[in-house]
Amino acid sequence: MYAPHTKRDVEQMLAAIGAASLDELLRVPDDVALKEKLEIVPQLPEYLIGRRFEHFGAHNAGVGYRSFLGAGAYRHYAPPAIASLAMRGEFLTAYTPYQAEVSQGYLQAIYEWQTYICLLTGMDIANASVYDGATALAEAAIMALHATGRQKMLVSQAAHPNYRAVLRTYCDGLDVALDELPFTAEGTTDLQAVENAVAGGEYAAVALQSPNFFGNVDTLNAQALGAVREAGTVPIAVVAEALSLAALATPASWGAQIVAGEAQSFGVPVAYGGPYAGFIAATQEHLRRIPGRLVGKTVDSGGRSAYVLTLQAREQHIRRERATSNICTNQAHCALIATIYLALLGESGLRTAAALNLARSRELATAVANVSGVTLKHSAPFFNEFVADVHQPAAAVLAKLRERGILGGVDLGRFYPDLSSCILMTATELTTTADINALAAALKESLHVPAGV
Amino acid sequence: MSQPASEMSDGVPLIFELGQKGRANRYFEDAKPLETYLPPSVLREELPLPENSELDVVRHYTRLSQRTFGIDVGFYPLGSCTMKYNPRVNDAIAARREFAELHPYTPDELAQGALQVMYELERSLSSLFGMAAFSLNPSAGAHAELAALLIAKKYFKDRGETHRDKVIVPDTAHGTNPASAAMCGFHVISLPSDSRGRVSVEEIRKVLGPDTAVCMMTNPNTLGLFEEQIAQIAAEVHAAGGLMYYDGANANAIMGYTRPGDMGFDLMHLNTHKTFTIPHGGGGAGHGPLGVAAYLVDYLPTPVVVARDGEFALEFDRPKSIGPMRSFWSNFAHAVRALAYLYANGEAGLKRVSQLAVLNANYLRVKVAEFLETPYPETCRHEFVASAQRLKKEHGVRALDLAKALLDRGYMAPTIYFPLIVPESLMIEPTETESKETLDDFAAALHGIVETAKTNPQELFDAPTATVVGRVDETRAARQPDLRWRA
Repeated sequence: MYAPHTKRDVEQMLAAIGAASLDELLRVPDDVALKEKLEIVPQLPEYLIGRRFEHFGAHNAGVGYRSFLGAGAYRHYAPPAIASLAMRGEFLTAYTPYQAEVSQGYLQAIYEWQTYICLLTGMDIANASVYDGATALAEAAIMALHATGRQKMLVSQAAHPNYRAVLRTYCDGLDVALDELPFTAEGTTDLQAVENAVAGGEYAAVALQSPNFFGNVDTLNAQALGAVREAGTVPIAVVAEALSLAALATPASWGAQIVAGEAQSFGVPVAYGGPYAGFIAATQEHLRRIPGRLVGKTVDSGGRSAYVLTLQAREQHIRRERATSNICTNQAHCALIATIYLALLGESGLRTAAALNLARSRELATAVANVSGVTLKHSAPFFNEFVADVHQPAAAVLAKLRERGILGGVDLGRFYPDLSSCILMTATELTTTADINALAAALKESLHVPAGV
Repeated sequence: MSQPASEMSDGVPLIFELGQKGRANRYFEDAKPLETYLPPSVLREELPLPENSELDVVRHYTRLSQRTFGIDVGFYPLGSCTMKYNPRVNDAIAARREFAELHPYTPDELAQGALQVMYELERSLSSLFGMAAFSLNPSAGAHAELAALLIAKKYFKDRGETHRDKVIVPDTAHGTNPASAAMCGFHVISLPSDSRGRVSVEEIRKVLGPDTAVCMMTNPNTLGLFEEQIAQIAAEVHAAGGLMYYDGANANAIMGYTRPGDMGFDLMHLNTHKTFTIPHGGGGAGHGPLGVAAYLVDYLPTPVVVARDGEFALEFDRPKSIGPMRSFWSNFAHAVRALAYLYANGEAGLKRVSQLAVLNANYLRVKVAEFLETPYPETCRHEFVASAQRLKKEHGVRALDLAKALLDRGYMAPTIYFPLIVPESLMIEPTETESKETLDDFAAALHGIVETAKTNPQELFDAPTATVVGRVDETRAARQPDLRWRA
């Protein structure tokens, strides 16, 4: 229980307080007092806790499989220097830096993070992080609702299904109507549908993800952007694979005003779903609406440059029910990890990592497409994942691959009933040619056996 | 935290001001140019990021860490934040490859260990706090509050009671409570505390009615006082058709003695990054499990971990659910840490945790009361509130000045100017992991500061002076926002 009290300490402290016992201090009215035996895990000595979790770990067999899973959570190389820095106790055990004078280091690191996100996205401002990519999208939507005073949202069906589901959770709660845009046979958002939808001037924002859930580059073109702007609708870019920002044209370049993203790819482990590092970046006009913490540069009493949490008048602890968002805790430590990752890789390391993702995913796509019975669903430019159509139930094919020690990708039928013969496959710089060959061979064997046998 | 003289004047350069183009670390093999794979029309033109050697990056962030105060550096009595020791074993376990490298889309049968971690944590939380079930989905306390209010909204909609649009929040509540309520369209009613710092049955009766949706409370409240009338308050709210929400930020005070379920709460969150020692990491990531009474289980966010015939599974198909609150299932690495902490304590250990947290708070309260006003002079729970109001009146010294002077003496300052109902408040929460000696030393340091306030207040107005920067100009930061470096 990690408390240092000796028996004598407790006695002396009780005497100083003037209490007869600990029970006297903690007594509660009888009508609410705990009366039953609790059912919680047993106390174990520390070395046996380690063994208990070794046991749990041994039952996560999926970790040992050759994996082609991505879809919003990406395995990338993280130099060990990240953990040795980020796990320093000064960073790890600090609270939100309310006392700036003893938090200059963390505040500066977050200022660096905000800068990195701006440079990567082409935006003017970025916040100190939000929970994850999905909540970043939901909070970005709220910014647009406030900016426009409208009550309708538009999102592409090619955006991550989980992000859309979270957006729906929030929209339902805010009594906001959420409409979805179809995608074309190319696997990108139907831009004609965008133009048609926004024409009425009802939508606060339109959100497109690029690369989208299928891995394809998916942005507004000039004509669609013109229609969106004319309608007074805010274009939101969603980025689930942040490494793509090292290669692809920035969201700013195609007209996004708000970017809602996930920075897990920058050194944060996949860890069965979290914690990750969401971010929101925006053009200057949205400064007063951006949710969460912001670090600003200022001076101290002696004129020296210094950092501090700023524009707090937007926040819940000052404005309570009039705040722009209820966010208190963010993902500072994951943002710190991402910042250190970006500092270590630098421009050339990041470009190399992006190029290797492009190379391996194309190697994978070629190998898979060479298997008889498999075709690539789309022909749009993609980053590090793509859709393979196996022309039979994907779930059954993936089960056969698992028997061969392979996690072949995500069954798209889980999210799109029309795509139940399709698998979303991902390759990163960590994917080897041996992995790819093994998948291609296993796929060949799996497809030769008729389904259900 | 001593720094070379040059740094004292200029600070640490930004990473963007360091390095040279071409000074790359070699983490990968060579790759072909991006144009090999993508048409120029979709490629970005430039990527203006600095290039630094690994050694220079290590030195840069090591220096930044040395300019940061964490629990590992010193006593951190930040009220309502429960800044207790973060056991290293929990981090070591969470970093194990079998957890860190497990992909969220791993099929259930190949992630049974992870699912069992979540299941054991969920079951233990439910018993410890008297709830029917918990969702591990919300990312932090405020996120769980939002989820809970969405549940309330949906529950009332299903019952045809959409007219219930009022959320009652005591004036001592955390700011997230009213902000969460407002986010989902509820009107917030602020409830004044009585002279003893509590919510009174008489006062709440005045605001209850057919439009009551939820009453959000924390117990003990942010003054560190136990709401003894909580059972009657809950009964009144329920009689009016409303729901009771428990803000679990202060749960470190009650384990083994009472449970939100026993007090009549229908929904609650727990900040595992407070009570269960998960490192705050400079402001997150947090982890805010959401518990509910039996009749609300179907509304929990998806997915929910279930056990069927000895197999664990994530259940997504729950028609009454409000839906998911985040990208993936949970802040799983934190669920690992939280369960490891439960194993380190067991039932008896958790009760001991609350006992010693309350012992420490009362011991420090009695010592501080010798030289500072404590507006509610009675037995407190995990924290207490002192006030510098008299010092301000007599010597012009404010709570802020005391806080800054504490920084000079090697302590993190308490929470100040909260709760809002105490002028010049200092909210102090020592936690159970601090020794009597640390509390004695802190009390002596604070006493010395209060004496200085009477003899040489200017010294406190000038504080801090032993830190890497002096008092920071927050007004300038807000008036001339500089939120990023530019070349």
